[in-house]
Amino acid sequence: MKKIILALLVVTAFAFTSSRGDGDKIPASIVKKLDGTKVNTNTFSNGGKPIIISFWATWCKPCKKELDAIQENYADWTKETGVKLIAISIDDARSAGKVVTDVKSKGWEYEVYIDENSDFKRAMNVNNVPHTFLVDGSGKIVWSHNSYTEGDEDALYENVKKLAKGEALSH
Amino acid sequence: MLNSYFKSSVTAAFLLTFILNAFNINAQSIADEANSVHGYFQIDAQYYKPDTLIGAPPVPEKMLSNAFGNINYTKGKFSAGVRYEAYNNVMQGFDTRYKGQGITNRFARYQDQLLDITIGNIYEQFGSGLIFRTYYEPGLLFDNSLDGIRVISNPVRGLTLKGLVGKQRSFFTVGPGIVRGFDGELNINEALDSLAKNIKTKVILGGSFVSKNQSSQNPDFVMPENVGAYGGRMNIMRGGFNFFAEYAQKENDPSAANYASIGGKNYYSYQQGDAMFLSTSYATKGFSILLQAKRIDNMSFRSDRDATLQNLLINFLPATTKQHTYLMPAFSPYATQPTGEVGGMAEIQFKVPKGSALGGKYGMDITLNASQANLLKPININDSTTTSKLYRTNYEEAGSELYHDFFIEITKKFSKKFKGTFMFANQFNNINIVQHNTPKGPYKNVLANIEVIDLTYKYKGNSAIRMELQGMQRDNSDTLNLGSWVVGLIEWTPNTHIFVAAIDQYNYGNPVASLRLHYVYFSAGYTSGPHRISLSYGKQRAGIFCVGGVCRVVPASNGFAISITSSF
Repeated sequence: MKKIILALLVVTAFAFTSSRGDGDKIPASIVKKLDGTKVNTNTFSNGGKPIIISFWATWCKPCKKELDAIQENYADWTKETGVKLIAISIDDARSAGKVVTDVKSKGWEYEVYIDENSDFKRAMNVNNVPHTFLVDGSGKIVWSHNSYTEGDEDALYENVKKLAKGEALSH
Repeated sequence: MLNSYFKSSVTAAFLLTFILNAFNINAQSIADEANSVHGYFQIDAQYYKPDTLIGAPPVPEKMLSNAFGNINYTKGKFSAGVRYEAYNNVMQGFDTRYKGQGITNRFARYQDQLLDITIGNIYEQFGSGLIFRTYYEPGLLFDNSLDGIRVISNPVRGLTLKGLVGKQRSFFTVGPGIVRGFDGELNINEALDSLAKNIKTKVILGGSFVSKNQSSQNPDFVMPENVGAYGGRMNIMRGGFNFFAEYAQKENDPSAANYASIGGKNYYSYQQGDAMFLSTSYATKGFSILLQAKRIDNMSFRSDRDATLQNLLINFLPATTKQHTYLMPAFSPYATQPTGEVGGMAEIQFKVPKGSALGGKYGMDITLNASQANLLKPININDSTTTSKLYRTNYEEAGSELYHDFFIEITKKFSKKFKGTFMFANQFNNINIVQHNTPKGPYKNVLANIEVIDLTYKYKGNSAIRMELQGMQRDNSDTLNLGSWVVGLIEWTPNTHIFVAAIDQYNYGNPVASLRLHYVYFSAGYTSGPHRISLSYGKQRAGIFCVGGVCRVVPASNGFAISITSSF
């Protein structure tokens, strides 16, 4: 019976879905800027240029390695493609106070938001961090990647360059 | 039990289906908005081999699995979702009350500028969560979502009001208590808008009230059927300075988790609860300092007075200690003591600039952190009435030490190809109280020195080899705490899709010579965009386990495991 209900729900949901999967707009959620101001995630934009959205946490080593690695070339990346990185911290109250100190002491020049009770994380279907998304110039989510290993930032930048030129992406 | 939750699932499912279809047919206003369906799946399964040496018990089912799937639907301002969970049977290390399968979460939500309404399972947090926080942590199988109704409104700029009512999820059903809450938050600078344009100081104020209701038939004690909790908070920022303070009080709430221990026996306490959390920081480019302090007394707040462990918690009491992810520093982690603790943390982080003698070509990051937690010092009250508070505490005095962690971490990039992290920590842990909740238990206090070296060598663009060497020296005469360890890890990522890793945790300092064992564990995985599959084989200790770029909490075991995650 329960399975029938689930099946019913899934079918219903799919039945009136014309387009699904990649290519959707950023869903609406409220996140906080480092100064406490609330921002709706559906207003994220970069004047027609690509956006990288990176979910991270202050206790997540691979996340910080990835953001450190990108920071080293971030000035070049923005100059060449106009890309902007939005870093979403999923830290809860235990470590949310550490977000601003980590960001500043590491010298990250990203746009940073705190998703304190994981509303945006759930809306984007992120479970483990790091999880990285690419948003194209028209605001559509076109690519995502879970986990970080050394050198992933180079593969990410190849995709950013393609996006900036308006080419299609592959995983 | 399952049935009652199931009935509400069915009701909500039909309601949801009805609403969805109604929108499909009638709501022309949002008909032009794009639909989207997204989801996330995770399947974990493990084949268990009994291993008496490491203490892995025989598993009658041989294989256990946890699985869940989320599906979310969005159309403009409307969204809805379901989660299906299946435990056949639940994996080792999790609560066995997770049994069977079913829909454990469903919601429908409509949000616009003025109103945001959600029905179904709700995740919400007031302030830092001292009196209310519901959240979901699949790695820990923690889910205390509120099954009910929530309304959020922004009547004027800068002001957010939230109200909610419902019952909390407890495994495949809901808890007995009704939870009602209200929260208001005012961002003064936003509210003043143009007037505040030139004011550099930013102020945010908040206040909340939460109450739970549960009937009582207890013949011996007068149990309060309604228990209220209230809190206020303040956040002030200017330049690189940030100050946050929150204080909360809870009315008397005698319950299984709020007790006073007298002469080794636990008694209901009619003591009020209170909690204070302070966090202040200064950060500028390349330097930061963070100070946190916390005091908690009698603050376990649950929607069932008989609930224990992690079940039916209404509030969240953050630990003010460093959250470690390397294996050895995370061996004996700290857990907040809701019955009473006082503690704090100080952290300094700075970057030694590029080009300096120490910093070299790429600079160097240094973190210094010290944290400590102590018991409160309860003073017994001689009161034999049935509604006795049993004890009182004061803010000036602290009790014995529960935990400390002093550590330094240095991260340095030596060349384009080679970088490393070096860490040293000194940790103290009162294992009896922190991990076993038995003040007079058999464990000795643990004092440990811990060292970590983590080196990464990158070659051919995106291939890399990573090595970790960790050591932990502890009192080797203590049989229950297993003594000293050394850990070696090697991880190879030939490209961005594949990882292969091997790890050996060697308990060389175990006081019992025959238990000086190697815990060897192999894992390999394949990642493609949002899809990931990993296989592993070997012996594992419990703890937060990070390999291949993802951190998860894994229980102790011996055997073969598979994990698949996918989002779309």
